[in-house]
Order: sequence, then structure tokens, then C-alpha cells
Amino acid sequence: MSNMVTIILICIGVLFNIFGCIGLIRLPDVYNRLQSATKCVTLGCCSILLGVLFHFGIGDAGFKALFAIPIIFFSSTVAAHALIRGAYHFGAKLDKRTVKDDYKEAVK
Amino acid sequence: MRHVTVFILSLIFWLLITFRFTVPNIIVGSVASLICSLIFTRFFIKNVYKILQPHRYYWFLIYLTVFIWECIKANFDVAYRVLHPAMPIRPGIVKVRMELKSQLARTLLANSITMTPGTISVDIIGDELFVHWIYVRSEDPEVYGRLITGKFEKYIKRIIE
Repeated sequence: MSNMVTIILICIGVLFNIFGCIGLIRLPDVYNRLQSATKCVTLGCCSILLGVLFHFGIGDAGFKALFAIPIIFFSSTVAAHALIRGAYHFGAKLDKRTVKDDYKEAVK
Repeated sequence: MRHVTVFILSLIFWLLITFRFTVPNIIVGSVASLICSLIFTRFFIKNVYKILQPHRYYWFLIYLTVFIWECIKANFDVAYRVLHPAMPIRPGIVKVRMELKSQLARTLLANSITMTPGTISVDIIGDELFVHWIYVRSEDPEVYGRLITGKFEKYIKRIIE
């Protein structure tokens, strides 16, 4: 039973990581690519870590996997914020389908 | 008092993450926690007695459930947009006003927004939060303000402020 849950969680994680990578290739500009890279990859990694927790049970490795989840959450959101802000200040162009840009006036 | 709280929290964190309760490990952990508490206490909340109030944990659990649900929804949303042949995106950077005042609450709100469907926080200038949105649903600032921050702001206000 525990083995089954482990396999399902790790499969979901790998699947979402693949979606994130497809998004990284298909989406048009830096900002949209970061969206897919942050969200899909974070939940994918969390799902894999939960699978590890179910595999090893509550103990040494399980606790480490459980504590890695909030750390991944915070570090990936902060990294995404830093990358997207840095890209804007560097001058990466928004895609031509973009409908609104409030940040341009605020930066000036 | 704030230094002591940071020290105890980092020591507990160290013990849980190493998971060896021997004397040398506890000594190494104490030294590391001491250094952490000396450097990072200035980023900690001002009134440490807030940690002991139980109703904040109650709201935190509710917030966590809402957050995890939004996070799962965000993943299916991105997967749908990525796999759809026509790629239904309509990106834009919008400006949202927020009511939270403390730095920690603002950080938590910005991080929550990054994990919700289609939004990623770019910058904070003054009281305004700039959000990159993959599909801008409306042009009206009232409507998107409610859509983006409305779900989390009330919980974070009760947890931290």
C-alpha cells in the first residue's frame, strides 16, 4: 500500500516537472517562462519529496524530506521574484501579446 | 527576548533537520543557532509574544489549506495553458494596492501570490505590488485587486498583524 502511494506521488511529480519543461520551451518570453518554471517545478519537486516521505516513513530521511518542502517553496518564490525583476531592469522585452504594463511608469 | 526566541527556533530546526540527538551535535547546533540569532534577529517580528497566541495558529492552518488548494489549481492551470495547441495567454503587468503594513506580512503575501494561478509578483514600490499575470481577465483595477490579493490578505492579516 505504502509502495503504491510512493509510486503514484513520484509519477505525479515527474509529470508536472515535464509540463514545466514543455512550458519553458513553448511559452514566448522570459516572464511567461518563469511562470511555468516556478509553479510546475515547485509542485513537482514537493510531490517527489512527499513520495520520499512515504517511502522511508517518519524518521531520519522522512523528516528531511518534509522540511525540504517549505524551504523549496520559499526559495523558489524568492528566486522567481529576483529573476523577473532583474529581467525587467535588464530590459528583456515583453511579448507582443502583452496587453498591459503598469510597471513601466513606476520604474521611471 | 527576541534573540532568545530566534535561538530556540533555530536550535529546534537544526535538531529536526539533522535528527541526531547526541551531545556533539547539540553543541554544534547551539553555536550555529547563536550565530544565526546574532545576525538575523533584526529581520524577526517585533513583538515575540505573538508566537504564543493560539488563534494565530488556527488561522494559519486555514490559510495553509487555502494555499495548498490554490497551488494545485495553479499547476493544472499552467499545464492547461502549456499543453493547449493555441496557447491561451494574455500576459500583462498589473498594479495592486495592498493593505498590509509589516514587512513579514508583505513577504508572505508576495510569496503566496507567486504560487497562485497565473500570477507572479515582480516588485513592491510603496504600498503597491506589481504582479505579472499570464491571463489578464479584466481591465478594472477593483476587480483584479480582489481576484489577486483578496483570497489571502484577510488570513495573513489575522495571522501576523
